[in-house]
Amino acid sequence: MTLKANLTLALLATSIIIASCGSKDSTSERDTTKIKGEVKIDGSSTVYPITEAIAEEFRSEQPNVRVTVGVSGTGGGFKKFSRGETDINDASRPIKDKEAEACRQNNINYVELTVAYDGLAIVINPKNDWVDHFTVEELKKIWEPAAQETITKWSQIRPEWPDEEFSLYGPGVASGTYDYFTEAVVGESGSSRGDYTASEDDNVLVQGIIGDKNAIGFFGLAYYEENQNSLKLIPVKNEGEPVLPTLETVKSGEYSPLSRPIFIYVSDVALKRPAVEAFVNFYLANAAELVQDVGYIPLPKEEYQKEISEFESFTNRGK
Amino acid sequence: MNNTLKNRLIDSGFKYFAIFCTFFGLIVLAIFIIQILIEGVGRIDWGFLTSLPSRRASKAGILTAWTGTAWILGLTALISIPLGVAAGIYLEEYGKKNRLASIIEVNIANLAGVPSIIYGLLGLEIFVRTLNFGGSLLAGAFTLALLILPIIIVATREALKAVPKSLREASFGMGATKWQTIWYQTLPAASGGILTGIILALSRAVGETAPLIVIGALAYVPFVARTPMDEFTVLPMQIFNWVSRPQHGFIVNAAAAIIILLLITFVMNGIAIYLRNKWQKKVNW
Repeated sequence: MTLKANLTLALLATSIIIASCGSKDSTSERDTTKIKGEVKIDGSSTVYPITEAIAEEFRSEQPNVRVTVGVSGTGGGFKKFSRGETDINDASRPIKDKEAEACRQNNINYVELTVAYDGLAIVINPKNDWVDHFTVEELKKIWEPAAQETITKWSQIRPEWPDEEFSLYGPGVASGTYDYFTEAVVGESGSSRGDYTASEDDNVLVQGIIGDKNAIGFFGLAYYEENQNSLKLIPVKNEGEPVLPTLETVKSGEYSPLSRPIFIYVSDVALKRPAVEAFVNFYLANAAELVQDVGYIPLPKEEYQKEISEFESFTNRGK
Repeated sequence: MNNTLKNRLIDSGFKYFAIFCTFFGLIVLAIFIIQILIEGVGRIDWGFLTSLPSRRASKAGILTAWTGTAWILGLTALISIPLGVAAGIYLEEYGKKNRLASIIEVNIANLAGVPSIIYGLLGLEIFVRTLNFGGSLLAGAFTLALLILPIIIVATREALKAVPKSLREASFGMGATKWQTIWYQTLPAASGGILTGIILALSRAVGETAPLIVIGALAYVPFVARTPMDEFTVLPMQIFNWVSRPQHGFIVNAAAAIIILLLITFVMNGIAIYLRNKWQKKVNW
């Protein structure tokens, strides 16, 4: 008997706590001129901080629209998107043919909108005083699959560099960042040497490079920005002079090939709901400012204008 | 003589080795906890507990995360306790000890060792898609309930096994039916052990992230759930999300959220210990 009584009591207490918190949320419901509805977003964890920032600001404009954001990864997100389970997918790479096919089969048409750029930073330990820049060919030589266990010393990259072994740090093979880097540097997405320290958590890579004089690593520029004093950023030479990734060089495309666009995909089925349309419009109108807030690089103004008109024509087509 | 000396050396050597092993785990744990406390304790205030997620680390809070955890905990308890305890009673009190029973027993023991992400995939197919719960609290609670069922069943059985046979026989001797014996004698006598098992199982559920990510727990939820069909996030999700952000402020937030999560687990374990002691004293046979 006491067992039962105790349990009921415990459950009752939990539900009271929950209920009392729930009532807090309903302050804004008197405003009826505003849109009501839901916007379900999932996808890349790289794009997440931007979408979170937009959703946070959107709340003050449309308090009755419930925006939720998940982090299933670009691929996992597209799976849900193609089943019609989500309205918008955050993507750190363009949609793959297979994923596009799945959308077609479920009669989901979509529009791809570029919302920001991300630069991939090539970094080394600050104690390393011999590297002034890398060329894209050198990066390829270091990272391509054939380099595994054969290219292991600095002197093999450039003869004047020391005869010491280097160690490599990079994101895990499941991340969009890895896909992009391998495509840009090695020439084939998802193809690289396997003998490097991989982590899905970029902060782990940062710590690894800080503690290792012979480290070479790459990750999103935002992680360098936060650790500028303990890492050394290396310019990359493609054609012409070596270029450091900065706001300007990534934005202008000068930092090539390691600056990448990031996207959101919006489905036409979802756009029939005014909440989704309002959210995407808000996204494109405010991205320039908010993207920078969270450490990414905004597109030039006129490009956002282009995305807005593309979105507009896509919306009108569906109506 | 020489042999005795050698044996004594081995003897005391092993003692120090055992002491080292004991403290090794404790020291590592202490370092972790102290580091997290130093990093995060200053961040915890009322605002942190009552704020929504935000892109500004200093403004962000864990309201939706901890209420989500409370919801999940309550619902998981509601689902898993009746199922688990009833299954344990059946297997221990009613079930015949035949081949089928031992197959079931082995399987339950194996289920307790299945990686949690597998339960997530199962939950995704059954609860999220087939039963159409979506990425709701209910789907999450059912998935976690499945995950901890084996633990509750095993704990219930062990607790029932520990009740002396004489208690049951006395009850039968008084003319009680099997059900009366279980409800009025065996179950109260075993409830300390059962409750301990339940609470330990639930504190495991509180810390699970992987199966919830699979079934679609979200990272950004700007509202507190009001019904079991609402979408949700939980503390471990929020921590996971913050730890991987580049800005140091989010790392501090993660440490603070870890402290809250640890507190919840400690409190639950504390309750488990309290209940065990209380029942052990109360039942005299």
